[in-house]
Amino acid sequence: MAHVITIDRIRCDGYGMCAELLPEMIELDDWGYPILRAGPIPHQLVSHARRAVDVCPVLALRLRTAVPANARS
Amino acid sequence: MSKAAPRNTARVLAGPPPSAGTESLKDHRARLGPMPQVRHQEDAVALLEASGLLGRGGAGFPVGKKWRSVAGHASGNAVVVVNGAESEPASSKDRTLMVARPQLILDGAQLAATAVGADEIVVYVGVEHTRARAAMAHAIAERASERSARRPTPIHLVEAPLGYVAGEASAAVHYINARDARPTNKPPRISEVGVRGRPTLVQNVESLAHAALIARHGAEWFRSAGQGQTRGTAVITVSGSVTRPGVREIDLGTTIAEVAAYAGGAREGLQAVLLGGYFGAWSDLAETWDMPLDPVAMRARNLSFGSGVVSFLPADACGVSATARIMAFMAGESAKQCGPCLYGLRAIADATQRLAIGGGRYDDLVRLERWSGQIAGRGACGLPDGAVAFFQSALRVFSAEFRLHQAARRCSHPRAWAGVA
Repeated sequence: MAHVITIDRIRCDGYGMCAELLPEMIELDDWGYPILRAGPIPHQLVSHARRAVDVCPVLALRLRTAVPANARS
Repeated sequence: MSKAAPRNTARVLAGPPPSAGTESLKDHRARLGPMPQVRHQEDAVALLEASGLLGRGGAGFPVGKKWRSVAGHASGNAVVVVNGAESEPASSKDRTLMVARPQLILDGAQLAATAVGADEIVVYVGVEHTRARAAMAHAIAERASERSARRPTPIHLVEAPLGYVAGEASAAVHYINARDARPTNKPPRISEVGVRGRPTLVQNVESLAHAALIARHGAEWFRSAGQGQTRGTAVITVSGSVTRPGVREIDLGTTIAEVAAYAGGAREGLQAVLLGGYFGAWSDLAETWDMPLDPVAMRARNLSFGSGVVSFLPADACGVSATARIMAFMAGESAKQCGPCLYGLRAIADATQRLAIGGGRYDDLVRLERWSGQIAGRGACGLPDGAVAFFQSALRVFSAEFRLHQAARRCSHPRAWAGVA
């Protein structure tokens, strides 16, 4: 089951902790806001992703299980 | 080529010219006859699907598909929002239609209400469009005082506040619900949870005017106009360096050259054209003079028909300065909710302005290229995506001018340099 991270852009205040904990998937722009790499989170990074979601001070991140592309109509 | 008379089919603008003022309910009915009764929801949806009408608010989403989506979530309790916010600065076609043909728009709104199963219609008009607001309010009152066997769906008017994003669908719903015209996150989609939590259709006024004519004359009639892949007519706003700027109805597929000719021809040498609006893109006229204004053909060139804006930039105006002005506007229109939009658009606008006036930093152009590639998809609404897509078109079309401004702190257009353009 593939996992993806979603970011609530209205909530996000650019604390940047997500990029510290999950640099493989998230980098920061010049103002400290996350740029998320496209695609599902590799299996070995899911626990790191969960931590990144948990430490966000404004709860802007969510970890979701993605519906595989071929299952969509 | 030149002897073929340009086809300029008048449909939503058929009848008395817009300059004659508002068409009353009586005149409207006398000219077009009553709206045919479409009793079944499915008939109305299928009719619009068959017409192929694309939404005219900017996104160009198929109207029938949108109606089917809202209908699928509603059970007679949906809301139709008639979108006349028209916050796009380069467009004036919506307010022209609202002033001249308010009853045609309301006919379309009633049809949409049948199609999606709505028991309420909200007419959402930009507060700055005073004549349009008065015309719509009068048209609503004319209908309310009419005796009718069938009870029409109740209509009321809400003034849209100033601001570019106020016309965005989720911002419109948010404003009607909570007097806060800032976009909201999706999901939930407004087709499921909109005005007062009910499934909501937000549809541009021009789209509804076309729908009212499709109900009268049929989908095949609608499709009989148009010269390219996309059928029908569209109301566009022509501005810039042409002899007679203004609002016109064209067959979709009319070329840029023909549009310039309708508008009385170029007033001076032209270099570029802004297509679609501030959300659209610059295009080099050397490449697009003979391009048809057809949403499908335009998409293939990475352009957008948008809300039908065609604005001509003269050859001796500076593209960098023109872009700086529009970016400054766009940055100011951010709802300031999402960091990438709030800080990113401001940074792009400021750096472009520095370059425009010859005070660019050594790496401004490099940073502009990087920033403009990072912002899309990182806001709650489409404003940042539209703004950077517009900006990237400027980097392409005015590439030489941007490089000259960066490298030599010079402008090749003395008039713009003196701050005249």
